[in-house]
Amino acid sequence: MLSRRLPGPAEELTLEDSAYPAVLREIADPPEPLYVRGTLDEQDRAAVAVVGARRASAYGLAVAEWLGRELVRHRVTVVSGMARGIDGAAHRGALMAGGRTIAVLGCGPDVIYPAEHEDLMGQIIDSGAVVTEFPPGTPPLPHHFPQRNRIISGLSLGVVVVEGRERSGALITADFALDQGREVFAVPGSIFGETSYLPHRLLQEGATPVTTVDDILTELRLPQRVDQIPVLVPALDGVEAIVFALLDFDPQHIDALAERSALPVAEVGRALLVLELRGLVRTLAGQRYARCAK
Amino acid sequence: MLAKVRAAALLGLEAYPIDVEVDVGGGLPAFAIVGLPDTAVQEAKERVRAAIRNSNYELPSRKITVNLAPADIKKEGPVFDLPMAVGILAATEQIRPQGLGGTLLLGELSLDGAIRPVSGMLSIALAAKAMRLHTLIVPERNAGEAGLVEGITALPAASLLQVVRHLEGLDLIAPHVRPARVPTEPAYDVDFTDIRGQQHARRALEIAAAGGHNLLMVGPPGAGKTMLARRLPTILPALDWDEALDVTRIYSAAGTHLNGGLPALARPFRSPHHTTSSAALIGGGPVPKPGEVTLAHHGVLFLDELPEFHRDVLEVLRQPLEDGFITVARVQSTLTFPARFMLIAAMNPCPCGYHGDGRRECLCTPPQIARYLQRVSGPLLDRIDLHLEVPRVLSQDLLAQTPGEPSAAIRDRVAAARARQHDRFGRGSACNALMSPRQARRQCQLGEEEREFLRSAIERLSLSARAYDRILRIARTIADLDGRHEVTLADLAEAIQYRVFDRPLRLVG
Repeated sequence: MLSRRLPGPAEELTLEDSAYPAVLREIADPPEPLYVRGTLDEQDRAAVAVVGARRASAYGLAVAEWLGRELVRHRVTVVSGMARGIDGAAHRGALMAGGRTIAVLGCGPDVIYPAEHEDLMGQIIDSGAVVTEFPPGTPPLPHHFPQRNRIISGLSLGVVVVEGRERSGALITADFALDQGREVFAVPGSIFGETSYLPHRLLQEGATPVTTVDDILTELRLPQRVDQIPVLVPALDGVEAIVFALLDFDPQHIDALAERSALPVAEVGRALLVLELRGLVRTLAGQRYARCAK
Repeated sequence: MLAKVRAAALLGLEAYPIDVEVDVGGGLPAFAIVGLPDTAVQEAKERVRAAIRNSNYELPSRKITVNLAPADIKKEGPVFDLPMAVGILAATEQIRPQGLGGTLLLGELSLDGAIRPVSGMLSIALAAKAMRLHTLIVPERNAGEAGLVEGITALPAASLLQVVRHLEGLDLIAPHVRPARVPTEPAYDVDFTDIRGQQHARRALEIAAAGGHNLLMVGPPGAGKTMLARRLPTILPALDWDEALDVTRIYSAAGTHLNGGLPALARPFRSPHHTTSSAALIGGGPVPKPGEVTLAHHGVLFLDELPEFHRDVLEVLRQPLEDGFITVARVQSTLTFPARFMLIAAMNPCPCGYHGDGRRECLCTPPQIARYLQRVSGPLLDRIDLHLEVPRVLSQDLLAQTPGEPSAAIRDRVAAARARQHDRFGRGSACNALMSPRQARRQCQLGEEEREFLRSAIERLSLSARAYDRILRIARTIADLDGRHEVTLADLAEAIQYRVFDRPLRLVG
């Protein structure tokens, strides 16, 4: 499959540039130049990576999205690899709550990979940055990904591993994190799930367990923000207001919404479409709907 | 001596007259059947020989020639047993039948002289009426079917002996008495009360039934797609008399006797397996028998696992979906079968089946899912107005004590919506699904606000261009269900919900 390209050049940062992330400069082999699309911000000093399996469980995806959302609400930038599964969910969570997020690519800054993340990539560039050490046009070759993982951990104060199998790229990221003196966190999963293997092994080896976002903030001595990014409350009336009030960040099926609202399903459907057109609702495969925070 | 008996044969759904001529004369003893008989007709010799002997008559050792005229059409099956036997008995002057010229005889003989039922009796009775033959001697179990035709006297016969005695005027057979036309409610084995939850899917099926729209359901295994599809016929309006006769005639020609000779009341539901050949779908055989699309006439054709069907099989559906009939060409003849059905198809959302399920992990990559969805060809998808996603039922819905709304209540609303469409398009089977884009635009006069809403929705949701007219058609049906003339913004908003295939990103992502 031919990868699609983004038009226009990417910014090239050398180690001398003041915009070059300070934390990244500290690691053993910092990338130079660093190609950047979007903007790096002073605020990105407080950054946490959320990484994990491409083929993730529904639980893992929900955790990653929730973590992304919770972290940015405390003004923490979410770093990940823009891959399918956990990575994408973490970015999406951060974007949903209107926060900053950085994606580290295993290909050139103009290469869209995976192809279905074209929209996501655009949103990340608008609300943060896409960075890579690979020059424009570089295809996403398998050996690029372990190498870029050192940048994911390098940009962050800590790495949260959400899900991973026995041989997982997330393990490489965790190893880099330890070498670079970053904290390693892991989210517990079901002991029966094959994707729980890696986080559970890391926990046994001494990683910090994550059950709330405070676990991360406390360990990294990051302030708990009182001035959390507010959840948007749009002016709505009638059925739309009722339906919007029932929506959550976790997707719900239209039948469940109809039942909870005690309204005919046809009316709920109409309201959801109107909300979607106003950009307040996200629709997912299987006729499921979730709230958009932005 | 020569005898002539009137009979008829089936070609497709039409019957045409056949004269069975029997000549018994000198020469070496022989029994020959001419006039393009097939194997089943050839084997009639043995059945006729035994049936005559077991009825205490005899087959003389002379040269017997049976001609089935006209001689240039292939004859099929055992329906000529009875006319041949009667012809032989008359030609050998063992009996003296009266009024043979004005009576049509048909039936398969068993070796003891009993008469077994044949297929296509309703078509044959209709043909007999056209031939101005008003008396039919038919197998007992076919009498009800033949009697459905007004102006036909059907005489139910159980054995060769009974027929002979009737023809000789000794023991007349009492004509079959047609039961009064009682417009009874159709009885179905299934009902919408069986379906718990699935409010969204129920609503979509109601709209599909009301406008005659074809429907595609996407959902994981165990979502109840088949269960929903099976219940679609139960909410369609009851068959009227002519439609019931059409359906009975098709099933009779296919050799399936429905409802003990009474006309069919229930709308047919056909669900061919995805390994079905195109011949089985459109009709096949040397003398073509109706295929699945014809058996689904006035009813529902359900294609489960749509992407698993062979492309060329789905390709043959285009003509019936477009024209409401199917043409089957053979060397001998080209036949046309009616095939006006509602198509309802089902498929998994991805190769593993669990994409978008939310409770079970999907193992497919987005490119795999995209490839899977692409297996449903564009031209077929073009003929399907409603697409919807069907989830697995929530467990609390399964446990809920309240049963779903019964089919009869939904059927009443559907019938009212169909009545509005009849007023609009005139009588016949015209419905919103058959509107051309131009008609759809004329029947849905949108205001400025509605037009703007639709335009912005198409743009924001990146709907494909073909979506526009489909949305209008569905919105028209939603308004009809609500008993309104104007199509409102709410109707359009709901209609857009049923076009998930126009939003590829949502299905894949």
